[in-house]
Amino acid sequence: MQPYRNKDYAQHLLDRLRQEAVRPLSAMEVCGTHTVAIARSGLRELLPENIRLISGPGCPVCVTDDLDLDIVIALAQQPGIVMATFGDMMRVPGTQSSLLEAKSRGADVRVVYSPTDAVDLAAEHPDKQVVFLAVGFETTIPTIAVAVEQAVQQGLRNFSIFSLHKLVPPVMEALLTDPEVKLDAFINPGHVCTILGTEPFKFIAEKYGKPCVVAGFEAVDIMEALLMILSQYNQGRPAVEIQYKRAVRPEGNPVARAFIDKYFIPVNATWRGIGEVPGSGLALRDEFAHLDAQKRFPITVTPGKRVKNCSCGQVLKGLKLPYECALFGKACTPMKPVGPCMVSTEGSCAAYYRYGAQKVGGTV
Amino acid sequence: MSKTEQGQVILLGHGSGGTLTNQLIRTVFQDALHNPILDEMLDAAILDLGPGRVAFTTDSFVVDPIFFPGGDIGKLAVCGTVNDLAVSGAVPLYLSSAFIIEEGFPLADLQRIVNSMQAAASTAGVRVVTGDTKVVGRGGADKIFINTAGIGVVPPGRDLSPRRIQPGDLVLVSGTLGDHGLTILAQREGLAFTTPVVSDCTPLNRIASAVMEAGGEAVRCMRDPTRGGLATTLNELATQGGQGILVQETLIPLRREVVGACEMLGLDPLYLANEGKVIVIVAPEAADKVLDAMCSLPEGQGAVAVGRVTGSDRGLVLLETELGATRIMTMLEGEPLPRIC
Repeated sequence: MQPYRNKDYAQHLLDRLRQEAVRPLSAMEVCGTHTVAIARSGLRELLPENIRLISGPGCPVCVTDDLDLDIVIALAQQPGIVMATFGDMMRVPGTQSSLLEAKSRGADVRVVYSPTDAVDLAAEHPDKQVVFLAVGFETTIPTIAVAVEQAVQQGLRNFSIFSLHKLVPPVMEALLTDPEVKLDAFINPGHVCTILGTEPFKFIAEKYGKPCVVAGFEAVDIMEALLMILSQYNQGRPAVEIQYKRAVRPEGNPVARAFIDKYFIPVNATWRGIGEVPGSGLALRDEFAHLDAQKRFPITVTPGKRVKNCSCGQVLKGLKLPYECALFGKACTPMKPVGPCMVSTEGSCAAYYRYGAQKVGGTV
Repeated sequence: MSKTEQGQVILLGHGSGGTLTNQLIRTVFQDALHNPILDEMLDAAILDLGPGRVAFTTDSFVVDPIFFPGGDIGKLAVCGTVNDLAVSGAVPLYLSSAFIIEEGFPLADLQRIVNSMQAAASTAGVRVVTGDTKVVGRGGADKIFINTAGIGVVPPGRDLSPRRIQPGDLVLVSGTLGDHGLTILAQREGLAFTTPVVSDCTPLNRIASAVMEAGGEAVRCMRDPTRGGLATTLNELATQGGQGILVQETLIPLRREVVGACEMLGLDPLYLANEGKVIVIVAPEAADKVLDAMCSLPEGQGAVAVGRVTGSDRGLVLLETELGATRIMTMLEGEPLPRIC
């Protein structure tokens, strides 16, 4: 890891960024791990003023719609249901409560680290219905497809998934067509691109004329990617390029993609703060309907009211910085989050909060 | 050594105060922990304390799992209370220990825990002088909970209040951070990766007294960075001392395995608990001498200076990152929840 964290090299990159940033550039990072790396390293503060980094909808937990979550929470409260979830979904607020609150009121909610742990849970508890809350981008979806395959092979009758997956390229297109959003370039998500490769992002350069570079997760990776973006930007030759060559191949991982296709089909999905985005979600194919919790346990809930004054939508679109929200750090903290961006460690607001990216008065 | 037979379990009667309780006390607790004061078996231990002010602390231990690499709930219950006394400048002397045990708990496990308490108490040079046992029905508690309280004596003239922290003081830590927290998380969740990291759980009174001997009055304050880790403890010190603290990220000692596992789980090692590390705030002129004293002990081998107290940004902890940027290091909020990708 050391070579990627060399301070002298970082200084050299910063000097070059200062030379190259001849006109203002707004670049969006579409990955929560990038958001955390930027906040944690203090990179934003070191960049030339011309470069503005905007944190996009890069955390699959944060973009889970509150109305979707209301249904999940209602299902978790049904007798005989075990809701298995990744840890950072626990505090995400629906319109009424969260899974954590449901758990404290007696719902059987369990944190798992891998979707296959949920399959094991079902095998161990034949008397319970185990529902796995399937949340994630293209990086996580193949591991969930593996869990589905295991459940099929084991012939489990008491395992299902509640699919709230999200796909990255469609939401990037939604942002590009949103008249409110002003973006000059994208820092592409390194992990997602290990699966997708570069092909699904070509429309960004070809149709919208925006530079697009796949970056790794060290601060110097992000600086190198910004230099590549500036080179495209200054020369007027938008393209999809890879900085993160040590992990991402242009063709991505076709095996993992075939696995996703085997079990899932794209559907419309609602992103918190952004709204419905066509083809940006995934549902289980009809032949696996017996593993689809939405079909097996149809639940209707009275639609709750969405939180007022929460700026997560604008934060996710890059229209506001987290500390520009009236609730940030006051009514909304990681302990008692109002909006989704404060919940996950990868959420923009949580990263800003934890790493004190709000202005430091009179620093040393 | 073990007098408990395989398969024997704790029954509700073991907490009733009758024959079974008596038998349990004699064969398990007294057998392992015996000392002249405990052996009196009075309703209260009568203690002689020397000159100086009395330090008194209590802590309850509910760790899950109860056995983990590097320790168990018994060792933790002794070390936790000993360490709270030690970093307050006190010489730890006596402990109480109270057990709440779930019916059906294996007697052999209880024996193992009590033996481990005795080993830790003996290392720390403290005595368990009074205790209590309660048994609750199945589901009334999760296996076993232990409360310990401790008494120590602060030598005359010693004051380790955070109000004594001055700009220019150095911040020392006694070794790698986050080892205990990561060990517990890895065990608790049966993480698919196996970490070679073990808990750092250990008594700190020897290193605390070495620090005091080497630094004397120049030692401003000590803390053990338990729950909430280095970040939370330094924030408490900055707030209570009314000073700013600037930490250099590149100087913070972290095991490679801890950094790697934290990256995978989306956790920050600076917020993970430690059970055998001490933070020392010391005047700059005595820092080298104190560091030498810490490094000469096994529990302080990795001791280093990681930052300093500043006159500006009162109440804040700032971190200078590897890139040379400065950001705020906030307190821990809520339980750390691993992220998903």
